Amino acid sequence: MSRENSLVSAQWVEDNLDNDTIVVVEVDEDTSAYDKGHIRGAVKLDWTTELQDQVRRDFVNKAQFEELLSSKGIGNDHTVVLYGGNNNWFAAYAFWYFKLYGHSDVKLLDGGRKKWELDSRELTDEVPSRATTTYAAQEQDHSIRAFRDEAVAAIGVKNLVDVRSPDEYAGRLLAPAHLPQEQAQRAGHVPTSINVPWSKNVNDDGTFKSDEDLKALYADAGIDDSKETIALCRIGERSSLTWFVLKVLLGHESVKNYDGSWTEYGSLVGVPVALGDEPGEA
Amino acid sequence: MCGATAGGLSLDGVNVAKEAVIQGQVTREGEPVGNAYVRLLDRTGEFTAEVPTSATGHFRFFANDGEWTLRTLAPKAEPTDRKVVAQTGSVAEVTITL
Repeated sequence: MSRENSLVSAQWVEDNLDNDTIVVVEVDEDTSAYDKGHIRGAVKLDWTTELQDQVRRDFVNKAQFEELLSSKGIGNDHTVVLYGGNNNWFAAYAFWYFKLYGHSDVKLLDGGRKKWELDSRELTDEVPSRATTTYAAQEQDHSIRAFRDEAVAAIGVKNLVDVRSPDEYAGRLLAPAHLPQEQAQRAGHVPTSINVPWSKNVNDDGTFKSDEDLKALYADAGIDDSKETIALCRIGERSSLTWFVLKVLLGHESVKNYDGSWTEYGSLVGVPVALGDEPGEA
Repeated sequence: MCGATAGGLSLDGVNVAKEAVIQGQVTREGEPVGNAYVRLLDRTGEFTAEVPTSATGHFRFFANDGEWTLRTLAPKAEPTDRKVVAQTGSVAEVTITL
């Protein structure tokens, strides 16, 4: 995975709209965005109903993922190009999710839906019909997924990168300003985690900053790239975007996304929590 | 409901007393711009939130007390910055002209 084979421009997508080996997929936080217009030929994935188990708090299992992709007409050999709103938060989450189940060729549309719209490119409300496939997923790749015990064990040992806004990190808010303030029982952050808000990764138009700028960002923040890294946010989507930057664009060897993130950690009994703008002690 | 400014978004269902609302409309040559993006930046210029405008060019943020910048991006337009002060219990109405 690298910038060259995992990130494509809006122009590249437009030039490939009739390429049968490519499936464009929209994933949005606002799951109604697709219905108001989408890139021609794009299929929709609903992260709330299709990517999450509807009973337990977990992802859909391997068999469910296979059934989902088969029904969407996505085959193992397709190049999947993901895009979405909110500067690709949920598209990056889906990228990570596709990698978790071992899809080989996945790309992110740089800048997502916003860049496409700002370029005045065409949107349609026509829903494509695709022939179903027989998709075969791999077992989850846990080298890119962190669970709660690993997050606790990483305190003072690994790089913990908390990508929430400074107010959430410090414990002044439980969710980003402007969104519902819900879920975790306690506010604050994992001790020794450093705060690099996800928004630092992208330009105003939603495209990623240059590798040079991104390297400088994480070096200045104090990430030791010889150590393993765990990224977290509130529910694991904004941190997928940072995972994409560290693992895919910058090529750090071991980077995991902790999808339980603060809504899990901040509700655990007996774990340490730091408040304020400083990382705090192990 | 009373309290909604002429031309502004309806505040039905919003507990204005508890919120520091910033809302408004993006227009170009008198016409609403329904495909713009409005970014809410805090006093240090840091990103806080972003919303796409509605079909009628409207947007709304639930901010906190203080001074904010609204940065508007739209097709075929230069980014436009507007300062606005939000206060709990009041609604800051902003018209952004591209």
